[in-house]
Amino acid sequence: MGEFKVHRVRFFDYMPSGIRALAFNQDTERMAVARMDGSVEVFHCSDRFFQEKIIPGREQFGIEGLSWVGERLFSAGLNGGITEYDLTNQKVKYTIDAYGGPIWTIAGNQQGTHLAVGCEDGTVKLFEVNEDNIQFERNLDRQKSRIVSLSWHPSGSKIAAGMMDMIQVFNVETGHSMHRMLADRGVGTSRSKECVVWSVVYLSDGTIITGDSVGMVKLWDDQTGTLIKSHNVTKCDVLALSVSQNEDSLVAGTSEGIVVQFQFVSMVLGKDDKEWVRTRTFRNHTHDIRAVAEITTAVVSGGMDAQLVVRPLLDKIEERSAASALRKIHFPHRRLVACARKSGLMLFQYPGHLELWRLGESEGKGSSLFVKRNPEKLLHLKVKGEDHIRCSAVSPCGEWIVYSTASTLRLYRLHCDNNNIKLHENTLHGPEISKLPKVLSSANQLCFSSDSSHLFSASAQSSVHLVSISQSGCKFVGTLKPKSGSHQAIHLLAASEDGKWVASANSDHEVHIYNLQTRKAHCTVPIYSSAVTAMGIHPATNCLFMMHADQQMFEYSIEQKQYTDWSRTVQRKGLHRLWVERDTPCLNVMFNPQNPSHVILHDMYMLCIIDQSLPLPDDKTQFYNQLTLKSLTEEQRKSHSHAFKVCKTFKDILCVELMPDQSLVVVERPLEDIATQLPAPIKQKKFAT
Amino acid sequence: MLYIYIYIYIYNIVRCGGSKVNLRPPIISTDSRFLLCASGDLVKVYSTRTEEWLHSLQGHTNQVTGIALNPANHLQVYSCSVDGTVKLWDFIDGILIKAAYECNCLSVIYQKINSPLVAVHLPKSAEQEVEAKEMSVVSSHISSNPSCTAFGRGVRAHSPLHIMTFEPCFFSLKATDKKGAKNAFTCIACHPTDDCIATGHEDGKIRLWRNFIHKKEYTYSTQHWHHNAVNTLCFTPEGTHLLSGGIESVLVQWQYGAGNRKEFLPRLGGSILHISVSSDGQLFCTSHSDNKITVIESSFKVCGVIQGLVKGDGVLTDLMIDPRSKALVLNGKPGHLQFYSLLRDKHLYNLDIVQQEYIYEAGLDQFEVVKAAFDIKGSWLATVEERGQKSSDLEFFLKLWAFDERTQSFVLNTTITAAHTDRIISMCFSSSKETTMLVTIAEDGQFKAWCQGADDQNFWSCDFVGSYHNLKPTNCSFSADSSLLAVSFQEVITIWSPETWEMLTTLCQPPGVIRDLCFGRLSCSKYLLGTTTRNLLCCWNLLTCALEWSSSVEVSKLQPDPLSENVAAFSYQSKHTDVFVFKPSEPRPLFTNKNVCSEKVHRAVFVPREEPLNNCDESSQWLNRSQLYFLTQNMDLLTFSTATEEDRILSSSKQLVIDDSVAVTPFYLLLGKHGQQQQKLNTQSHPAADKPQQPQGSVTIKELLHTPAHVLPAASVLCSMFVNSLLISNTGVQQDPLREEMDSEKEEEDSEEEMEACDSQQELRVQGSVDEVTLKLSKAQERELKRVRKTDFSWMAGLIDSKP
Repeated sequence: MGEFKVHRVRFFDYMPSGIRALAFNQDTERMAVARMDGSVEVFHCSDRFFQEKIIPGREQFGIEGLSWVGERLFSAGLNGGITEYDLTNQKVKYTIDAYGGPIWTIAGNQQGTHLAVGCEDGTVKLFEVNEDNIQFERNLDRQKSRIVSLSWHPSGSKIAAGMMDMIQVFNVETGHSMHRMLADRGVGTSRSKECVVWSVVYLSDGTIITGDSVGMVKLWDDQTGTLIKSHNVTKCDVLALSVSQNEDSLVAGTSEGIVVQFQFVSMVLGKDDKEWVRTRTFRNHTHDIRAVAEITTAVVSGGMDAQLVVRPLLDKIEERSAASALRKIHFPHRRLVACARKSGLMLFQYPGHLELWRLGESEGKGSSLFVKRNPEKLLHLKVKGEDHIRCSAVSPCGEWIVYSTASTLRLYRLHCDNNNIKLHENTLHGPEISKLPKVLSSANQLCFSSDSSHLFSASAQSSVHLVSISQSGCKFVGTLKPKSGSHQAIHLLAASEDGKWVASANSDHEVHIYNLQTRKAHCTVPIYSSAVTAMGIHPATNCLFMMHADQQMFEYSIEQKQYTDWSRTVQRKGLHRLWVERDTPCLNVMFNPQNPSHVILHDMYMLCIIDQSLPLPDDKTQFYNQLTLKSLTEEQRKSHSHAFKVCKTFKDILCVELMPDQSLVVVERPLEDIATQLPAPIKQKKFAT
Repeated sequence: MLYIYIYIYIYNIVRCGGSKVNLRPPIISTDSRFLLCASGDLVKVYSTRTEEWLHSLQGHTNQVTGIALNPANHLQVYSCSVDGTVKLWDFIDGILIKAAYECNCLSVIYQKINSPLVAVHLPKSAEQEVEAKEMSVVSSHISSNPSCTAFGRGVRAHSPLHIMTFEPCFFSLKATDKKGAKNAFTCIACHPTDDCIATGHEDGKIRLWRNFIHKKEYTYSTQHWHHNAVNTLCFTPEGTHLLSGGIESVLVQWQYGAGNRKEFLPRLGGSILHISVSSDGQLFCTSHSDNKITVIESSFKVCGVIQGLVKGDGVLTDLMIDPRSKALVLNGKPGHLQFYSLLRDKHLYNLDIVQQEYIYEAGLDQFEVVKAAFDIKGSWLATVEERGQKSSDLEFFLKLWAFDERTQSFVLNTTITAAHTDRIISMCFSSSKETTMLVTIAEDGQFKAWCQGADDQNFWSCDFVGSYHNLKPTNCSFSADSSLLAVSFQEVITIWSPETWEMLTTLCQPPGVIRDLCFGRLSCSKYLLGTTTRNLLCCWNLLTCALEWSSSVEVSKLQPDPLSENVAAFSYQSKHTDVFVFKPSEPRPLFTNKNVCSEKVHRAVFVPREEPLNNCDESSQWLNRSQLYFLTQNMDLLTFSTATEEDRILSSSKQLVIDDSVAVTPFYLLLGKHGQQQQKLNTQSHPAADKPQQPQGSVTIKELLHTPAHVLPAASVLCSMFVNSLLISNTGVQQDPLREEMDSEKEEEDSEEEMEACDSQQELRVQGSVDEVTLKLSKAQERELKRVRKTDFSWMAGLIDSKP
């Protein structure tokens, strides 16, 4: 496998933002996640929960609710506006004000005709969903207190609304309240505190289920407006509820970080009198669970601890596979770190700013080296405007920094003479010396060519703009467009070392390859069913190496426009079970110039070198065989070794990069560090403490 | 009526007294009046209200392994035993109704150890003994612990569904075990009406399973309170609550279907082994590891405790007899000594030695009483408590307790913190009456004599420290008159004079460390007996200081009888224990019994009888004065019984049958109580002699009860009539049996006379016993007088009070 000098970088203080809302779309199997910083992410549930789309948030843009209407995604927040998202281009489509003060909840009916929002002023506002916008229709009867939660009856004729101390049931036709059900306050000291009905679920059989701040899950009958049963789930708040598609299972998330499942089972076998019975308890969170969703085979929950937990329901799964494992998603499936390989600079992307660091130097030998020069923070670049950064890049020579928000794209040139750092800005709007071309208003993905002479900017309609950059100025060279295919946004770009090729991957799993000399589309890689998570072009052979979310790998020869023999062998023989069952996608593909047959991959938990010259392991061989190999003699080693060499020394990896001097940069963000920066969780008495 | 006993001396090794009552869950009769529990070879019937032991169902010849109420008749109970029989009893009358033999496996009730669960179909027949041929194996590979088996609703219908219910659980057991979590099943319970199974797990969790018929879609909810394994689970009959218990000795009541709502009843004693609920749900019953049954009302109030002989993980102290109460004394509750009356099979009281709170948690190193000794009069008690048996930091205290006449209990007199520098191996009191002296030997190579201080503070202090060539002492013993003290140091026995603390002589013997030491008693007091680890039993003559005889026997326990010359030796050879009883002066053993039990015996004690038996047979004379009890390694307290005693027990149980057949009327309650009291008196003081009196009393009762109410005279008239009938007339039929009795007793006494001539202990024994013989009155008259005096007339006071 070879030896590498490793820069173990832990100064990237990335803090994931807490999860505020979840919305599951049954038809497209997409899970939309809203975070506290206002960003919205879309995960593909049947594609190993790959994070397909990220729409960055803005300052002061808190989202309180998410709702799918058909394939359209809406959100509402405390700023009082309803926002629809353009999922194709991964940006906000429009925001309209509901004029009801802060909005606490949003819910779309199953028919896809209306959206209801619950406002601070006590109104439930109905919006009609039109072809390309939404239109205010009317208010339901105004209540005295704010509407905290809403749920439509599946027929669309009734709405249950959770408020302070009560639940109201509205008739949508008339807009009048049908029932008013009072939620009990807690006992003792909490008696004086009002009871907030945090979440409400309306079932098709007329049962209304509520979760409140007293810690109760209550079942009400909408015919009589009476309480059927109540379950005391926790001493704290029940913050979120979600019911399964066939309404036989319900999950409740609490502020203690536990998810409680209720099931609708018959008490006597073979009879029909079913009851809601509390069954399982899942403890995967440390902090408040703000949102839960029960999808077909799993319970998805997210909360203040910023992790998305997918807990599979084993009784719903036919057979054990990689899809049936517990999955915790901590980091985005995008790269937040860019590396100027030739100059040893690291660019860290935070939501609101960029940081540029110079790597330290070390001397000596051994397992841990003496640090001669400490890493140095060169630059702290704050974003202009309120939008958060969508993507950023640093050129390999370290001279150029570029970032893009939803509205602007900014390019900076860095002057490093001695210890003075000067920054020159080239923007589209700014009064700078050389203005950026107008097409570069915003980018979905950015990439520099290996000689730092060109900038590739992925923009709308799956096109890639080509800009030549030099000290004198920037010049728009042209646009690379695919011959056909979808217009989904590009999330990955890869440029070849020799400057001849650039490849782009979009969220419809399409990979296009462009010839930079002719500036034409060269070819399209056959579409695979799973999304591309990382790709790279081999410097020597010009083969495109692609990693997919289902852990499959392909190598595609650009020149021959076909899969390489190695790739075909891999597909024919299949990958090892342990490799396929890993649950985080590979985030980077690198090549070792010294050893052309080596491909270096990494995901969150491991670093892997694939030696294409060695035989592939089959299911019977030992996959993690490093220790065994060590104990064997040189000759035996040859017969035992296989192509995959996995290194698990590093944990919680955000980025791995191979530097030209054969050293590896490993950017780690230990989860314990994140946990210490989170607010304190609710204090719980633990046994024997 | 004549009571002539035919004495046939067959020795039976019986579990008589001090048996486990916590082996199986007790059951409560349908009317909640009786509590039945399997105890040794018997099924004992207790009253739930008074906690009194009413009677026992006797008939099994080996350990009873299960009991269950007959679902068809709530006055009948099935029991099964290791002897391979299933018996049906009328538990109120104590009558055996039916017995089924030939079932080497178990029944509807519970399964035998390590055999599959089997259902036995008892054929209907009028005969008392039937052979059960129809047996069906329900399920194999189920753990033998009864809490691993439970029946769902409608078992009577023999529906296959409920047998199937076990299967999904066992599937999931396999699934969960793989993960290495500590969630093996420990117990199971079925909901009476819903299809819900509760299982307890090793990690303290309780799971409620539902939907278990479907192979995949079964679901469960988990509840967690216990921090250690859940020992038992039980649903109340209505299914509204689930009761659980474990090592914490806290009874937890979970509200069914309401998640975490639970109630606790803490500090119940030992860890809870079983829970049972009466059929009306009003009474709960928990059995504990310290051989106790607690009766609990449904309002979570303890209303009764039935305490058996506490046998923890091991008896660290010797078995002892309290000279005052004649009770058996040994380790009881953790940190306590228990006083247990073997005669009445009743726990008397606990003496708190350690005086520290005991925490019921596995793996904690806590103080435990390891040694105890009484002086000859029972006025002093010495105890040693110890902590750190496994680790190096050993802590121990020597405590001396004085008997306080006023409070009738032992009071702490002296605590010695560092009596020795190392663990105390053994201790004994001197047996002289004038001065009391305690000798302790310890692993530090020293023995110390402790005496009471002369000054008005009568605390104990060290009087003498002795050692012998720095050898480690192994045992010590005082001679019967306390004139000699023998201390064995490894292979050497040293004889000391306690008066002058002068070493008189040493006795050395062929290889082997001395294990047990004891002086002969009475006529044999010139002999000293010792056993070595090299399978030698030696007897020295102290007058000649020479070895009298030795024999090659592996003796695990040597126990002298304090009331006679007899010494019992337990020898463990080729996986079974033999008993020899011998006199040191005679080479021939008085009695041998091979293969008493299959385990090693380390503890044994002679329990003095209240009144001596009059057995003439030579081989059983050694049992006349005292009874030999011994404790096997798996904590069974066994004894030798003679046919006489068994007859007696049987006849006493017959008596109760008459009493209980009377209808329950206020009158009955009044008279029945009296009858019970009398019954108790009989068993206590003089069972044989009192018996004939009973029939007459019951005739009067019958007369009273069978006369129609409207012809009865006034109650005041009746009362005096009744009282008169109860008074014992000096003439009449009664003379005969008594005389008969007397004659036999006379013979006995005659035969004993030569023996007692040299018996210095005789005085003491007679003082304590009832039948002191004076010469002026005839024996019969004397006896009569005594009885009249002893008869309890307190009920009369109650009778008078109850009148308005």
